[in-house]
Amino acid sequence: MIELLDYDFMRRALLAAVFTGLAAPAIGVFLVHRRLELLGDGLGHVALTGVALGLLTGIAPLVTAIAVAALGALIIELLRAKGRTSGDVALAMLFYGGIAGGVLLTNLADESAASLNSYLFGSITTVSTSDLVVVGVLGAVIVAACLGLAPQLFAVCQDEEHAKVSGLPVWLFSALISVLAAVTITVAMRTVGLLLVSALMVVPVAAAQQVTRSFRSTHLFAMVIGLAAALGGVVASYEIETSPGPTIVMLAIVAFAVLTVVGASKRKFRPRPTE
Amino acid sequence: MTDTAPPLSLVGVSVALDSRLVLHDVNLTVGAGEFVVLLGANGSGKSTLVRAAVGLVPTIGGDVRLFGTPLADFSDRARIGYVPQRTRAVAGVPATVEEVVASGRLSRRRWFMPRTSADRAAVDAAIERVDLAHRRSSPVSELSGGQQQRVLIARALATEAELLVMDEPTAGVDHDNQHDLADLLGGLVASGTSVLLVAHELGPMAPLIDRAVVLDNGRVRYDGAVDQLLDEALGHAAHVHRHTAEPPREEGLPSEGAWG
Repeated sequence: MIELLDYDFMRRALLAAVFTGLAAPAIGVFLVHRRLELLGDGLGHVALTGVALGLLTGIAPLVTAIAVAALGALIIELLRAKGRTSGDVALAMLFYGGIAGGVLLTNLADESAASLNSYLFGSITTVSTSDLVVVGVLGAVIVAACLGLAPQLFAVCQDEEHAKVSGLPVWLFSALISVLAAVTITVAMRTVGLLLVSALMVVPVAAAQQVTRSFRSTHLFAMVIGLAAALGGVVASYEIETSPGPTIVMLAIVAFAVLTVVGASKRKFRPRPTE
Repeated sequence: MTDTAPPLSLVGVSVALDSRLVLHDVNLTVGAGEFVVLLGANGSGKSTLVRAAVGLVPTIGGDVRLFGTPLADFSDRARIGYVPQRTRAVAGVPATVEEVVASGRLSRRRWFMPRTSADRAAVDAAIERVDLAHRRSSPVSELSGGQQQRVLIARALATEAELLVMDEPTAGVDHDNQHDLADLLGGLVASGTSVLLVAHELGPMAPLIDRAVVLDNGRVRYDGAVDQLLDEALGHAAHVHRHTAEPPREEGLPSEGAWG
């Protein structure tokens, strides 16, 4: 097991997994609280166009993916703020357009399906040192923002109108949540992949809240679960030669299943609180 | 000048929702330390009025001022506490009573800074005041409807506001809880807090109220003492029961009681 660390690529993959595992649930808890669980999926599709743009232009795909996904997040927030029902249709256009544009541009760039695959499902052998620096810096920023602004972000997700009356810049914080989610997607692109990154934002949160009773404990426990799943998934994917993304997500789902059973039995034996 | 200005004043306010005029030229003032109750039938514009007063609904005409400052320029948000109509039930992650009440304190907190001891004390006091200290670590979703309503009131109290704006805090609250709420509001008004409260009926709060304002179809139909309102109501429409203080109506619309 320990000889894994002898490989440079493995050390980089494990470090990337640490940042991904912590950052994804750190922002994911706000998406779940806001009932926007599927936003990450859509943004992952949008980021694919960004990756393809990078492949086409020769700019680092990580950089173009961040730019395009963040832009997509801002557009989605603008649509949400307008509050029109046609927003759903516009979202669908953005998401389908994202994946179609990604594949089209990749074709135009004469890249193979295999290179796209490494972005869709993660590929631990391809994390370069410069990728790792970007992932590390962004991961740290995401975690710092999500923990440091947790009370404000919580309030906006809990009751947007009350937050507005309290004088919080609701639009700014809503946009921040979406943009942080977009950035998280690109951070997680190399380990979990674009198609499954949303799972790492949502599943650890869903798993944690089976046994937690407060927002804060859910937030922190979800990050622990995310970290364990990401690290365990990278190691397992090396050992059993699978894609890291599906392996990480499967581990997170196993955690969800186990904690659901634990939570159910805990609730069964807890004395009912008195009025 | 803002020190002597009333906590809330609306002059000639009109509001349109989906291009339908919901409030016509409404005047309403809540003076310092005053307890004003806003009455009216369903759809009369009560909720829209309080939502316009705190800036949640845009006005198309008139002037809204908080403590003498036009709403658009009003930044001292800690001076107002808002209790919305009901709990948002869609929250996806469990949150405890303490966490929700603490979010009422954010108008006074700096970003990225931990809670101060004053924040903690205010949150504790607010939870204590609505008699939920024994449930402070419980998820809000495990509480009864009345208790959840008290959590929202505590959240508004946590900011130590000078003006409380409450949208039907008694809706769905049983008789005992209404008495508790009346006691709570009585204490707040006695200590100088101003209150604007939307209600369907006065119930045990009646003796505390300084003024009643009745809305009908988006217009103010009555603004004055509660006693006179009751007399008028009795004079105009014999079917109106004194304890409900329903506003007088030209046509006896079917009350929602039997079918609602």
